[in-house]
Amino acid sequence: MQNENLVQISFFNQLMLVHPRKKQNERSEASVQVSEYFVNAEGTGDKVNLSDLLGTVEKTSGASNKTKKQLRNLQSSKETLELPLNKQQTEKIQRGIAYEKTTAEVSCWKNIILQNQKAEQMVFPLNQESSGPKRVEQVVAGWKVQTPLEQEIFRLLHGSRQPVNDPVLTPVEEQSLKAMSLEEAKIRRAELQKARALQSYYEAKAKREKKIKSKKYHKVQNKAKRKDFLKQFDEMVKTNPEGALEELKKMELSRMEERMSLKHQNSGKWAKSKAIMAKYDDSARKAMQEQLQMNKDLTQKMVVPSDDEHESIEEGLETVPDFVNDPETVIDPVNPWMRGQLTHEEPEVSCVTAEEVQTAEEENEEEEIIGEFERKRKLSEVVEEDVVEVSDKEEEDEDEEEDVSEFNTLFRLMRSEKTREGSNQTRGGLNTAGEEDEEGLLSEGQIRVRSIEDLEVLDEVVEPRAIEEPSAPQTAAAEATSEPPHKKKREINLKEVLTKEAKAVRLPFLPTVVDEEERDEQISIIKEAFAGDDVISDFIKDKSRQEAAGRPAVVDLTLPGWGEWGGVGLKPPRWKRKRFRIKTAPPPPRQDQKLPDVIISEKRTASVASHQVSQLPFPFQNTAQFESSIRTPIGSTWNTQTVVKNMTKPKVVTKLGAIIEPMVKEDFIKSKTTAAGDLVFLSNCPKKINFIIFFLLQTLSSIFVVSLLGCLLNVPT
Amino acid sequence: MKVKVLCRNPDDYVRETTRDIQRVPRNYDPTLHPFEVPREYTRALNATKLERVFAKPFVASLDGHRDGISCITKHAKSLSTIISGACDGEVKVWNLPRQECLRTVQAHEGFVRGICSRFCGTSFFTVGDDKTIKQWNWEAPGYGVREEPINTILGKAVFTGIDHHQREGTFVTCGQTVDIWDEQRSSPIRSFSWGVDSFSCVRYNPVETELLASCASDRSVVLYDTRESAPLRKVIMQLRSNTLCWNPMEAYYFTCANEDYNLYTYDIRHLDVPVTVHMDHVSAVLDVDYSPTGREFVSASFDKTIRIFPKDKGHSREVYHTKRMQHVICVRWSADNKYVLSGSDEMNIRLWKANASEKLGLLSAREKAATHYNKKLIEKFQHHPQVRRIARHRHLPGDILKQKRELREMREAQRRKEQNVRKHSKPGSVPLLTEKEKHVVAVVE
Repeated sequence: MQNENLVQISFFNQLMLVHPRKKQNERSEASVQVSEYFVNAEGTGDKVNLSDLLGTVEKTSGASNKTKKQLRNLQSSKETLELPLNKQQTEKIQRGIAYEKTTAEVSCWKNIILQNQKAEQMVFPLNQESSGPKRVEQVVAGWKVQTPLEQEIFRLLHGSRQPVNDPVLTPVEEQSLKAMSLEEAKIRRAELQKARALQSYYEAKAKREKKIKSKKYHKVQNKAKRKDFLKQFDEMVKTNPEGALEELKKMELSRMEERMSLKHQNSGKWAKSKAIMAKYDDSARKAMQEQLQMNKDLTQKMVVPSDDEHESIEEGLETVPDFVNDPETVIDPVNPWMRGQLTHEEPEVSCVTAEEVQTAEEENEEEEIIGEFERKRKLSEVVEEDVVEVSDKEEEDEDEEEDVSEFNTLFRLMRSEKTREGSNQTRGGLNTAGEEDEEGLLSEGQIRVRSIEDLEVLDEVVEPRAIEEPSAPQTAAAEATSEPPHKKKREINLKEVLTKEAKAVRLPFLPTVVDEEERDEQISIIKEAFAGDDVISDFIKDKSRQEAAGRPAVVDLTLPGWGEWGGVGLKPPRWKRKRFRIKTAPPPPRQDQKLPDVIISEKRTASVASHQVSQLPFPFQNTAQFESSIRTPIGSTWNTQTVVKNMTKPKVVTKLGAIIEPMVKEDFIKSKTTAAGDLVFLSNCPKKINFIIFFLLQTLSSIFVVSLLGCLLNVPT
Repeated sequence: MKVKVLCRNPDDYVRETTRDIQRVPRNYDPTLHPFEVPREYTRALNATKLERVFAKPFVASLDGHRDGISCITKHAKSLSTIISGACDGEVKVWNLPRQECLRTVQAHEGFVRGICSRFCGTSFFTVGDDKTIKQWNWEAPGYGVREEPINTILGKAVFTGIDHHQREGTFVTCGQTVDIWDEQRSSPIRSFSWGVDSFSCVRYNPVETELLASCASDRSVVLYDTRESAPLRKVIMQLRSNTLCWNPMEAYYFTCANEDYNLYTYDIRHLDVPVTVHMDHVSAVLDVDYSPTGREFVSASFDKTIRIFPKDKGHSREVYHTKRMQHVICVRWSADNKYVLSGSDEMNIRLWKANASEKLGLLSAREKAATHYNKKLIEKFQHHPQVRRIARHRHLPGDILKQKRELREMREAQRRKEQNVRKHSKPGSVPLLTEKEKHVVAVVE
């Protein structure tokens, strides 16, 4: 057997020699029994011990010192390893760890679940894509430049460097600003700011004025404008005669139009009705006159600058030719007052104007009033001293009258003079004088109210009166020219007189007085009707009775004891009274305690009680809470549609015929990450421009889009 | 005289076409509409009455099985299709809108213990008493072709339940062990057992799809994670749970139907005490299924009724029963949250409305608004005695009512007894246990 082995080994050696590269150290072991499965030590039944192997390790040179050392240590140590845990215990630990892991994982749903529980409304299936129109950002976000056209557009956009989000200035503007020096830039900036501010003021003012509904205000405004225009026109005649001529032509045209139409002629339905009302109503009268005035103004023939002005004026003064032919004269018979009042003297006129002033005030058209006050204030500032002088004279009525007439004449003279001087005056003094003649005093007063502002206005005011005394124009002319401020102050004095007189007339109080009387009458009727029964005292008695019934009664439980007398009229001893007369606690104060004329019954009625909630229901913490929840109505009778819709929206909404899938974890996670990503993207991308391009591309043809964008962005295409 | 006239823009009150709704200007001044509370109260009362009047939940009955229905399952992708398995091994595929059987398969010998649909809706699996798992195609075979399963797996023991993974090709069966199978393999890829001899039900968590729960015969509910090597935890109750169902919208809640007439909702993070005890049945609860919205669940009971519970309420909001319906063995809530299906001992599948008084079909906008308003009114005045009285009223068959009274008596007696015991023993020795704490025996780690 051993020989055989040796033979085999030698054969193996030969083989190894044949392949010298694979030559290895051979290991020969001397053993009694050679097994192919294990190595035997000396004895047959013995096992190989660690120490046996270690001995050889010590000897072998190949093993490292470190391992040798470790082995020596191991040999010397006497401790044994602990037994491993039994299966049940290891499994339990494993289970515990696994459970902890799983619960931690599952807990990530906590927030979502709580949120869903608290949600006012849940719409199932979850994660539905809305079928409605999407936001522009959503659509645009997933869009990329593809076609050459789109590329071109984007190049354009980038070239122009348009503001992307909402900057104040475009990059170009910013650059230009940078190009300037600091001071310049500051100045420019300030200018820009000022301009902007002014513009905004102007806009605000225009808006405000546009909003004013008062017709009167607008009338005044128009008139003022017209006057301004006239002024300008006068200047224009001097400076720019050609322009003036054009303007004149325009005026002529408007005059023609006015003459053609029946406007302002008091022939319409409205005018007729007004004519009827005119008997009783001042304002109606006034309105009619205004109309006529308007017509007059518009149809007035322009005074063409001629060689002999004097002639024309004199003609106007003496013959009074124009307005005789005018249709307005027809109205005079309709308004008999106008004529009648023409004959009156000045003080009466002033009275009428005072009334007018009052009516104007009553109409509550604040704008005009304020305007008037302003005008008055200005005037008073200008002529304060003079006023003081004149106020002394005012005390005597007669003097005043005279004065007024005097001033009027003076004014008229001045006016006439003016017409002579101002060659191109549109409203010839003569013509206006004629008009006012016809119309009478009432209109005068009106004009006067406006006329305080400046001379032009004054002209109009005085003219009508001037005609009353046509005899003395020339003589007074010198005086008038010599002292114009004097006239002004006179005018103001008159005004003051008017305001004083205005107090005397107190018409509007009448109707209210009547009302009170009516009420008194009614009360007296009611009193008469219920004269027999004293309702009030009955009521009070009833209430006091109910209050008394509600009060807790003292329960008397006293009984006569042993050795005591019993019977009616006996007074039990004090200690007994104290002990056996039971007083219950007072009830809570009555609801009608502080309401003298109301009785609120606090009895619990059985029929109602069955409908009432006896206990405070669960989620509510106090009765007030519960009551308030009941008190707010939710129906459409009490709430608007949207509110009702909001309040009655169901907690769970499902779609008809849609399968509701269980929640998907990926969806939930995805929704968290993508939402953030979207936001970042949107904040980066130019929204507006994307939007514009997107829709342009969708709708328009390519070349057009390019050119359009070029225009939009001020870039040469 | 100046007359000021109100000027209205015609756009505000003239409609553009005759199809537009007429705009009715309303004045919401509260003085013009007094007595809002009494008026709304009357409306609420009427709404409650109408709700009760229109409460007709029974929709249809599907008959055709020749033995008691043992299990029902829904098609994963189609609302109109369901499958049912009977105690004679027959499986039927039904079309709900037409209320007819589309297909009949003799799937197993003996009971069909469980059916589940594959998530993609192409095939379904059945397990039966003949120790086999069979996979069937949803499509019926052509005319004259024999009904043959796609795949048949022969197991070592009887399978009592089966459920399919939500998104992957694996399914789980239960019997003597809980086995997880790959669809492609004929042997389970993993088996869980924890000293229990048999399981009655196993369910995948639809949200956390690697989680599993099973009901075991040792009165316990066991949790598993397919990624772990061992089961997670086990909660032992006083009586056996028959089935359980995970909440499809709230990952860590499940509800189990117990033999002790109650249902228990557990939070898997705190198994020692159930979150809610749902008690109304008067006999063992055999099956439970959540609504797809996760707000309610329906339970089937041996007492011949099905009840609908809000997930966080202790008592049912609805009870359905008919004269002919026997012990209800299985129940499912349809995937569109509108219907409830119940299969019972007397071989019928019944289709119920989930909301008894709901009007079916499309509603016009005004109808919708009215129903919402009425619902809100009922909710608002729910605490008023008259409204509550009407809203809560349900008809119950006499015997169930009797049992209910009996049960109440018993409970009262128990309570009294316990009180007496507590009164006559050392203070603190008989602890006061809440209803929730009473039913859990132990939680085993």
